[in-house]
Amino acid sequence: MLELDNLVSNVHTGLMEALPHWAALTIEYILIGVLMLALYCVLALILIFLERKICARFQCRLGPNRVGPWGSLQLIADMVKILLKEIVKISKSDKILFFTALFLALIGSLCTFGALQFGKGLAGIDFNVGIFYVLAISSLGVVGILLAGWSSNNKYTLIGAMRSGAQLISYELSAGLSILTMMILAGSLNISDIINGQAHSWYIFQAPLPALVAFIIYLIAGHAETNRGPFDLPEAESELTAGYHTEYSGIQYGMFYLAEYLNMFIIAGIATTVFLGGWQPFQINADWAAGFNGVMSYIPSYIWFFGKAFMLVLLSLWVRWTFPRLRIDQLLHLEWKILMPISLVNMLVMAVWVVLFF
Amino acid sequence: MIQYIKDILSGIKNLLLGMKITMINFIRKPITECYPENRGVKVYSPRFRGELIMPHNANNEHKCTGCGICQMNCPNGTITVKTKQVEIGDGKTKKVLDQYLYDLGSCTFCGLCTMGCPQKAIVWSNNFEHSVYRREKLVNQLNREGSKQEEKKPVTPPTVEKKVEAPKAEETKDVNPNNQ
Ligand code: SF4
Ligand code: SF4
Repeated sequence: MLELDNLVSNVHTGLMEALPHWAALTIEYILIGVLMLALYCVLALILIFLERKICARFQCRLGPNRVGPWGSLQLIADMVKILLKEIVKISKSDKILFFTALFLALIGSLCTFGALQFGKGLAGIDFNVGIFYVLAISSLGVVGILLAGWSSNNKYTLIGAMRSGAQLISYELSAGLSILTMMILAGSLNISDIINGQAHSWYIFQAPLPALVAFIIYLIAGHAETNRGPFDLPEAESELTAGYHTEYSGIQYGMFYLAEYLNMFIIAGIATTVFLGGWQPFQINADWAAGFNGVMSYIPSYIWFFGKAFMLVLLSLWVRWTFPRLRIDQLLHLEWKILMPISLVNMLVMAVWVVLFF
Repeated sequence: MIQYIKDILSGIKNLLLGMKITMINFIRKPITECYPENRGVKVYSPRFRGELIMPHNANNEHKCTGCGICQMNCPNGTITVKTKQVEIGDGKTKKVLDQYLYDLGSCTFCGLCTMGCPQKAIVWSNNFEHSVYRREKLVNQLNREGSKQEEKKPVTPPTVEKKVEAPKAEETKDVNPNNQ
């Protein structure tokens, strides 16, 4: 009814009929690229606005409320401001790496973003190792961060980048292991298959115990990978001014900022896809619930996806504005001595579960 | 091993406790006041020190005797009490307040002036919208034009001038019946 998959396939067949194959494909690629970029920016604006409003509520404040209704135009004003700011050139920095770094950070998050499925038939790319691709490409961001810290030729940025590297490499393990746990259940790395496997019941309900543990571990590890909240050592403003992006200004800083917020959404999106059924509506796998299932299916799939993802984003904001920052040794302790052993055991539990119940 | 699990469980418990507290704050009403909108609506605490004023009654009378205690109390030299001598008949003169100058620019709102005033002639008002364009405008005269001191039956007649002349015995005689 309100689904967009018909529209998408109509556009596709229309283009294919009207134009030669290569021209139709080129147009489609460009169209998808532009749409993705637009969605990326719009989501970033929404997320930043949401963060400011919600952080304000956690501190009993109102947040931005002067520009536009409820301060909703504040972000537009900020964006214009950041676009107009001067880009400071650092004389002793490694110019090429300095400029490449932020694109690497942005490309990493953009490529991951492109692999998400936003709704029924709304996938930019769908291939057999989707989840593997997502995990791999999302690690590209750390290269950007390391390069940014190194090329700025500044001790704060270097320390921030090193911390970020240590943190990301460690937490990548837990994130990967918890996703792997779910892959045992899903039996596929293809994102479409994973989502279709949850049509009747989300994975988190299919194997409640190990899936829940994996879910929580993934949320913690994913949160750490976004360099936010209690894990924001790489930019710990009280010790490192701004960590790896100290020397960036204007739109360059804006890009890092954009990537940070979008990474938050991407983590929520992946968690939604793998644990909460992606764009599948909430269904109760029983005969008596047919009416309820019908009502749930009536809600468009992209609303389901964004609804779930934003709920997870809210959770991440809640965590971010609650806990104090960890020390670097505590951070590594949490990963190597707590999260990783639990993930490994959890994987075993999941394997046994799958053997016993499926 | 048991200690390890115990640590993890207590850690989770404490984290959840922290999250509960922030959630309580989240659903609480924000304490932010939207200032220009709530102008005239918002009620301030009576103890809020906005600026110094000298209340006048309906007959344009204030309570200040011009004693100058507030001027001496003020650590910043914010207050200047200018007095003048007026004839009150019988060839006697009396010191009354001429100008009470208050420089808002140097006041730290410490409250020593109002605390020390024996007549409670100066009080704090809630008005905090002080901004003016020139520094000179910060100096205000607190007593109104043509105002005079409020007559006070028991306390005012023996002013500083009279105290010196009046015999000591008379004063104690006046006070004693009240005390007994
Ligand atoms: S509040 Fe303090 S600084 Fe201000 S006038 Fe009174 S004594 Fe002086
Ligand atoms: S305001 Fe009070 S303390 Fe100051 S001169 Fe008048 S009576 Fe004395």
